[in-house]
Amino acid sequence: MVALDGNAIGGLLFEVFGTDMTAAQTICATCGAAAVVAETVVYLRAPGTVVRCRTCGSVLMIIAQIRGMSCVDLGGMTALDTGQGG
Amino acid sequence: MATAAVRGRLTWQTATVTSVIRETDAVRTIELEVRDWDGHQAGQHLDVRLTAEDGYTAERSYSIATADDEPVAITVERLDDGEVSPYLTEELRAGDQLELRGPIGGWFVWDTSDGGPLLLVAGGSGVVPLRAILRHRQRAGSDVPARLLYSSRTLADVIYHSELDQYRDGVEVSYALTRSQPPGWTGYSGRVDAALLAKVAWPASRRPLAFVCGPTSFVEAVAGNLVALGYPAGRVKTERFGGT
Amino acid sequence: MSPPVSRGFRHFRRPAAGEQDRVPPGQYVAQGFPVLSAGPTPHTPLPEWTFSIRRAGETLKSWTWDEFQALPAQDVTVDIHCVTRWTKLDTMWRGVPVDTLLGQVEHDAPYVMAFSDGGYTANLPVQDVTDSQAWVAFGYDGQPLAAEHGGPARLLVPHLYFWKSAKWVRGLELLDHNQPGFWENYGYHIYGDPWRQQRYAGD
Repeated sequence: MVALDGNAIGGLLFEVFGTDMTAAQTICATCGAAAVVAETVVYLRAPGTVVRCRTCGSVLMIIAQIRGMSCVDLGGMTALDTGQGG
Repeated sequence: MATAAVRGRLTWQTATVTSVIRETDAVRTIELEVRDWDGHQAGQHLDVRLTAEDGYTAERSYSIATADDEPVAITVERLDDGEVSPYLTEELRAGDQLELRGPIGGWFVWDTSDGGPLLLVAGGSGVVPLRAILRHRQRAGSDVPARLLYSSRTLADVIYHSELDQYRDGVEVSYALTRSQPPGWTGYSGRVDAALLAKVAWPASRRPLAFVCGPTSFVEAVAGNLVALGYPAGRVKTERFGGT
Repeated sequence: MSPPVSRGFRHFRRPAAGEQDRVPPGQYVAQGFPVLSAGPTPHTPLPEWTFSIRRAGETLKSWTWDEFQALPAQDVTVDIHCVTRWTKLDTMWRGVPVDTLLGQVEHDAPYVMAFSDGGYTANLPVQDVTDSQAWVAFGYDGQPLAAEHGGPARLLVPHLYFWKSAKWVRGLELLDHNQPGFWENYGYHIYGDPWRQQRYAGD
């Protein structure tokens, strides 16, 4: 399965966060690499969507849609910053 | 500074297909009438959702092919083993309805205020959002210099060919045909590699802004080569379309 | 309000007459063999590959690829069911029964955690991977199992949702207590019986 990037989950993340997240900055909790969501490595259509750090491959975020609800685990990042404050 | 986020609703809505245009054997542009649409930025995409009679649904994302002040359209390439693209390119017709949501995307977007010079590198159907960028640039009357390097298998696979050939001042378009070239071909042959990019890309000293779109392996090779040419990673924006 | 039906859209098909009782509720019959993954395809060279049975951090038994290939293997034809709603009928596999592997260690563990290259895990009751219900499969459709489908070897447990059939499997960890594996941690069902539609926790 070929990996995509964070652009491919723009709609899904908008659904979850209520705003575009593709330009949001992430920091990988495993290796510290900074990246915008658009540039992360994305595996779609597994039982859930898996977002990985492009530098070290660790999982940054997982989104599973369970009974119509989006369950998000952001444990793989130490920061997710839309740069909008508030 | 590029607009980082788009606030507002992103709900599924039903749009009507107004026309289906043949671009190449395998590619169609689908023009849409979307009731609830507040405009979009060049580079954004929309999500399409199909529902079969038995309730089965499939969703895919497609780049918007047109500029903000034009009717919304997507350009879709038929993948032989695809689930959605054969339907969109072979079955769908004017008058049909399509469920979609959009516009989506806040990173892989370009507005005239983002400046340039612009380097657009397309692999196959990756040309779609880059064409939207060029159309937007043209319609906004921008003079930001732009170069498009477009890689296709054969000349017959080049999407928007006559339109791209019409660009003059400030926009240079070149093609790399990877599988076969017509007699007398004066464009590039073979894959877009480091040597070709060194020849075609703006020098890094001009602080260009690059957009690279196409299959994942194409995008990664090109982006890597641009960074090797001195482009800061933050000035190389990428959008991966998946296999091959 | 239900979404509009897309005129003429069909792909996965409904079960044909005679197939009804082979397709669990909510599933569609797939023509191809979809590839789903949570991460990049690992490529462990065969000389480095091992399959281990572990307990409490200790390896009880381990096989190299050559040792593994020397074990008696079976050809089986089974239906498989993915939680993402596709079912594939009559898939043909070749593999070593998990009975053969677990039979080589003395244990009384009630559960196992299958673990794979790349960090993926899936938990199962021991009684669901014994009694001819599970294999470590290295062949599919008469060919060596392709990397994208889990090769060189994957777990094959066809009576449960296919996320339990861990790709790129490297061993089984014996557990005293059931623990959630990768997808179970994110809300998928701890057991995963497709016939009772146990897709999500609480189903």
